[in-house]
Amino acid sequence: MDDDALAAATRRRQARERIMSHGWLILGVLIFAFPVWITLVGSTHDASTIGRGDVPLLPGPHAIENYTAAWTSGGEGRYRASPASLMLWNSALMALCIAAGKITISLLSAYAVVFFQFRGRMLAFWTIFLTLMLPVEVRIIPTYQVIVSLDLFNSMAGLTIPLIASATATLLFRQFFLTIPDEYVEAAKMDGAGPVRFFRDILLPLSVTNIAALFVILFIYGWNQYLWPLLVVNDRGLETIVVGLAKMIGNGDAQNEWNVIMAMAVLALLPPVAVVVLMQRWFIKGLTETEK
Amino acid sequence: MKKTLFKGTALPWLLLAPQLAVTCIFFLWPAGAAIWQSVLQEDPWGTRSEFVGLRNFAEVLVEPEWRGAALNTLVFSTSVAVLAMGSALFLAVQADKAIRGGNAYKTLLIWPYAVAPAVAAVLWLFLFHPSIGLIGQALNQAGIAWDYKLNGGQAMTLVIIAAAWKQVSYNFIFFLAGLQSIPKSVLEAAAIDGARPVRRFWTIIFPLLSPTSFFLLVVNLVYAFFDTFGVIHALTGGGPGKATETLIYKVYVEGVQNVNLGSSAAQSVILMVIVIALTAVQFRFIERKVHY
Repeated sequence: MDDDALAAATRRRQARERIMSHGWLILGVLIFAFPVWITLVGSTHDASTIGRGDVPLLPGPHAIENYTAAWTSGGEGRYRASPASLMLWNSALMALCIAAGKITISLLSAYAVVFFQFRGRMLAFWTIFLTLMLPVEVRIIPTYQVIVSLDLFNSMAGLTIPLIASATATLLFRQFFLTIPDEYVEAAKMDGAGPVRFFRDILLPLSVTNIAALFVILFIYGWNQYLWPLLVVNDRGLETIVVGLAKMIGNGDAQNEWNVIMAMAVLALLPPVAVVVLMQRWFIKGLTETEK
Repeated sequence: MKKTLFKGTALPWLLLAPQLAVTCIFFLWPAGAAIWQSVLQEDPWGTRSEFVGLRNFAEVLVEPEWRGAALNTLVFSTSVAVLAMGSALFLAVQADKAIRGGNAYKTLLIWPYAVAPAVAAVLWLFLFHPSIGLIGQALNQAGIAWDYKLNGGQAMTLVIIAAAWKQVSYNFIFFLAGLQSIPKSVLEAAAIDGARPVRRFWTIIFPLLSPTSFFLLVVNLVYAFFDTFGVIHALTGGGPGKATETLIYKVYVEGVQNVNLGSSAAQSVILMVIVIALTAVQFRFIERKVHY
């Protein structure tokens, strides 16, 4: 009898704890989504509603004109950006070049380091490893000088190539290649396949999951670049949406065209968020494995 | 390391060439240039430069502005790490208890990771703007004179919130994975022994999570140091005064606006030392974890 009462009390306690947990989690989710909700709502009202300081909590009727203004002209205020259509294109191109570039050169170098025996192998490996310790932020000015002397200022090449060296991606592929049984290589050799065919027909198909996982992380990394584009591009035709959005803020005056800025903010965050949500499984795999 | 089954020297070097080229041109050369410039002093016209040894470093380290920026960096990074890790741990513990709906919460909490730091800054600006922001207005109505453009402490608070908001997702994923690897039987045993949830957390869960926490601490510090330039640039521009100027921000300002190469290079070198130290700590820790 006593045992039953104890068990019932335990069950009640556990149920209570669980309801509390759900409560906290829902609260957390709401707090996290709140700034985005306000931005989303703000992007559907006109400039005077927001400028007056009447912060609306529910959507209004001006969505189409605000998004059209952001899409075609980048706003009309004192601090204008390029049209969102152009900036989204630039951001997408930059993110894709960086992600594809990093994956390609890391796959190749990991392949060389793991499957070949040659002089200077360790030297090459450590040179690549060193880049981990030199993020672009700490060598801003000298890297900028290199870009200028190579005549890459204001170009998509200057925007992307310096960012595509990747120690983390190389380490990840190296780790994965080391788990591939030697028998694969021996079998390939017996069939008369050379290193190039082995890479193309066996290694590449085996790496697809890792490539997908890495792609999600690197696409977001590329899309969210801020300091580097700010520094090496001042041509409006190459402006990316993250930099353009920040430019529209100016000094943060109340007279800004906040409705268009909010529409621009939604456009700037939608693509990477969509990638994470739609490719969640690869995203988590990529995140947890690149940090090993 | 026995998987070295192809012979030849030309092919592996060819495979490594793109990665090594990018590394040498955009990483090693600029890093070398930074070290070289940090021991030189240019005359104001940039025509002559002389070797001054460590004088630039000595000057930087006693400069009140540099010390101010170092203090700001310390306050900013510690606050971001504590806030982002604390809330992530709390939410992860709740998600681990909730059992049902765990994956839904995961989806609803991880997306802020994809938002660029500069865009996160803009989202929080919409809330905390003194005249158009919901919270900014509420604070002013409640009698607190809120204007992050005038008050340094408030500006710092705002950049900390915006920077931490984005990083919680990352910590949440790792904490949840850590919690899910703790055997449920251990926790049940403690519950049967009558340990209350709070006690269970501090005596069992928290110690078991300490490797994850330590790893995340390093990652969060690196994030707060280097990846948050966009938050500060878009939100406060280092102001008001120099209240939110961090070390990275100062290197940018000195190099781009004031063009003081020797001093800027010395500051870059100091930052490199910090990254190298943090990376070394991170890798030592990972080595240990592998041995467990």
